[in-house]
Amino acid sequence: MIRTVFATTLALSLSGFAALADPAVVMAPGGAGGGYDAMARLPFDAMAKEGIFSDGATFTNKGGAGGTIGLAEFVGANRGNDNAVMSMGVIMVGGILLNSSPVTLDDVTPLVRLTNDTGVVAVATDSPIQNVADLVAAMKADLGAVSIGGGSAGGVDHIVMALIAKESGLDAAKLNYIPFDSGAETVTALGGGTLTVAVSGVSEFKSMAEAGRIRIIAVTSEGRVEGIDAPSLTEAGIPVVVGNWRGIVGAPDMTPEGRAMWLDRFAKMHDSAAWKEILAKQGWEDAYLAGDDFVAFLNDEKTRIGAILKDAGLVK
Amino acid sequence: MDSITGLMNGFSVALQPQNLMWAFVGTFMGTAIGVLPGIGPALTIALLLPVTVYIEPTAAFIMFAGIFYGAMYGGSTTSILLNTPGESGAMMTALEGNKMARQGRGAAALCTAALGSFVAGTIGTLGITFLAPPIAELAFIFRPQDYFGLMLLAFLSVSVVMGTSKVRGFISLFLGLSLGLVGIDKASGLQRLTFGVPDLMDGVEMTVVLVSLFAIGETLYVASRFGLHKPNLNPLAGGIWMTKQDWKRSWKPWLRGTFLGFPIGALPAGGAEIPTFLSYTIERKLTKHPEEFGQGAIEGVAGPEAANNAAAAGVLVPLLTLGLPTSATAAILLAAFQNYGLQPGPMLFINSGDLVWGLIASLYVGNLMLLILNLPLAGLWVRLLFIPRPYLYAGILIFSLVGIWGVSNSWVDLAMMFGVGLLGYMMRVYDFPIAPVLIGLILGPMAEVQMRRALAVGQGDPLIFVSTPLSAVLVAVSVLIVVVPAALHWRRTRKIDPTGESSSI
Repeated sequence: MIRTVFATTLALSLSGFAALADPAVVMAPGGAGGGYDAMARLPFDAMAKEGIFSDGATFTNKGGAGGTIGLAEFVGANRGNDNAVMSMGVIMVGGILLNSSPVTLDDVTPLVRLTNDTGVVAVATDSPIQNVADLVAAMKADLGAVSIGGGSAGGVDHIVMALIAKESGLDAAKLNYIPFDSGAETVTALGGGTLTVAVSGVSEFKSMAEAGRIRIIAVTSEGRVEGIDAPSLTEAGIPVVVGNWRGIVGAPDMTPEGRAMWLDRFAKMHDSAAWKEILAKQGWEDAYLAGDDFVAFLNDEKTRIGAILKDAGLVK
Repeated sequence: MDSITGLMNGFSVALQPQNLMWAFVGTFMGTAIGVLPGIGPALTIALLLPVTVYIEPTAAFIMFAGIFYGAMYGGSTTSILLNTPGESGAMMTALEGNKMARQGRGAAALCTAALGSFVAGTIGTLGITFLAPPIAELAFIFRPQDYFGLMLLAFLSVSVVMGTSKVRGFISLFLGLSLGLVGIDKASGLQRLTFGVPDLMDGVEMTVVLVSLFAIGETLYVASRFGLHKPNLNPLAGGIWMTKQDWKRSWKPWLRGTFLGFPIGALPAGGAEIPTFLSYTIERKLTKHPEEFGQGAIEGVAGPEAANNAAAAGVLVPLLTLGLPTSATAAILLAAFQNYGLQPGPMLFINSGDLVWGLIASLYVGNLMLLILNLPLAGLWVRLLFIPRPYLYAGILIFSLVGIWGVSNSWVDLAMMFGVGLLGYMMRVYDFPIAPVLIGLILGPMAEVQMRRALAVGQGDPLIFVSTPLSAVLVAVSVLIVVVPAALHWRRTRKIDPTGESSSI
């Protein structure tokens, strides 16, 4: 999230040089420097560099309420505009439900999923919990005594723990989940012994685990993650796969031609060297999924997240 | 020993003419943005990040460090001269500093602020040089209950800034607390006081309230009183230097402010505001001139200014040693590190020693540069007050509006600026203190979050609040602050009224 500020400004400077023939209108439903901001600007950076789309873009940052404020403005201002796109991600899927947003993702035209951030489940280095089975046993013994740290309530971190609870036959609404504003706060609270367990993205926790401050007991991807000595939750017997994925959607009522044009651009961008460089620099996993496949995936996510947020007692 | 050789190497990097130039550019820009309301170091460094593509890392970090320290310096200038702090850390400075300026002692206030910042910045940088690893450990030691104890202490001690009437003070404080409640409750996801306005879901932006209450409120007040009494005081009546007496009264607050600011600044949930609140309170309690507080006491400028600069140095500790960004500015500095492919943390000192020690050395250099830049400027800044007031305040109004619009792009925020600005005007007219509103707005949500975290960890057991030695001490001190004056008052009244009746007031 943090490193993306640089990307933002880079994209800004690049778009400044591009010929402004028919610029794209791009909404980033988060503040400058956040994940949505990078997801809005960096693809255009790559496209401009590779000459895939070099007509420039105007970016608007509109953060707040899990991205739903930006979503509402995007939908309101760009109906039928083939040039308008917006970055979004799994947090917006949950944010719409949590904030009972009047505007939803049914109002926009899904285009592509581009990246994914795997989550990790970690404990303090001296914690008696050695693995996922120990964690589940502790939760079964006294659910309230297991204090769990992570990002905002109802966000991906919370969803991971709610799914673990559900798969273990526990009531997800009774989790002692404590939201933290930043990875820095979460990791110090975990390392300092305030929390029993914490969930966050790989990038937030990896260096602290390497420094021996915390111990990662599982990753939330399907298989193992290179460089992390911990099984996936699935491997550990809890069939839970959650990723903090991000992608791009088009304006409401985008024409089929407009949709095809953007899908073609993103397909070319995905194959480009510039995009691979950005993925490596940002530490993002490539999670490219385009067109109808993305629509199907998005619908599955809506159903799954809606159900788990209901189980967790956060959505009625 | 390693630190000293490292630092010497660092100085050889930082003192290269080219890097001195970057340090100057950074400190100058930092001072300028500190003066402008609403625009902080985080935004400035974010806007400057693209230059990292063109200049080498050492130069970039030297410049960023200058901006970071410079903004803390600059923040005091408008607080003192115009009663319009640009950053929340400079708010407490306005209380006494502006009163001093009105007595023609503005230059002395600016000097003590600049020297205090220098002392704090230097000691803070020494702290980074020699004590960074143990200080960084504080981040792991502090638990929610400890944070809550610290905030409780800050809360109870603010009563001293409540002005002459406690009732008015509490009304202000509760106004701030209510503003702090607006938005989505982080723990439950429920909306509070948003009235269906989506822009309010993330709460009321502190900078909006700060700038509106002070800058807009002050502008309206000055405008409404403009015809009534002209400023007939020469702003330089008190001379442009600190007197011997000023020095004597300033050096202890500088040191106390530094020792409050540095460790609290190093905490993940610490920040620059709490140490300034505590510093102001302590100076007010310890001063030999209590009658001057509220009228322009120099201790009330020296302490908080040192505290906010020391806190800025403190923020760099967890960033450099653990790779943990604990403020918005630190987060953007971390982005800059990662931009160069550097990962802050223990390995940074080993892998990129030149860069880190160059950065630390440039903090010393930047600090000295700021002092050289600011001391002569103090006399110059004060001349701002010779500008005819309509032009001066029109300028403030425009800078405030542009600053807030630039940060949020939100019409709701602009509308709120006028509403809150009007409130600030009315509060001035009816003599309500303004600082408690912001103290409530800043501390309220922080204290709530920590209290609920502590209770969640303790599963609802209130004893959690005294479960660590630190929290027990902080809570005990807080209780004493309330009980001791009350008990003394009770004893006094009992002596006067031997029947013991009517002593419970």
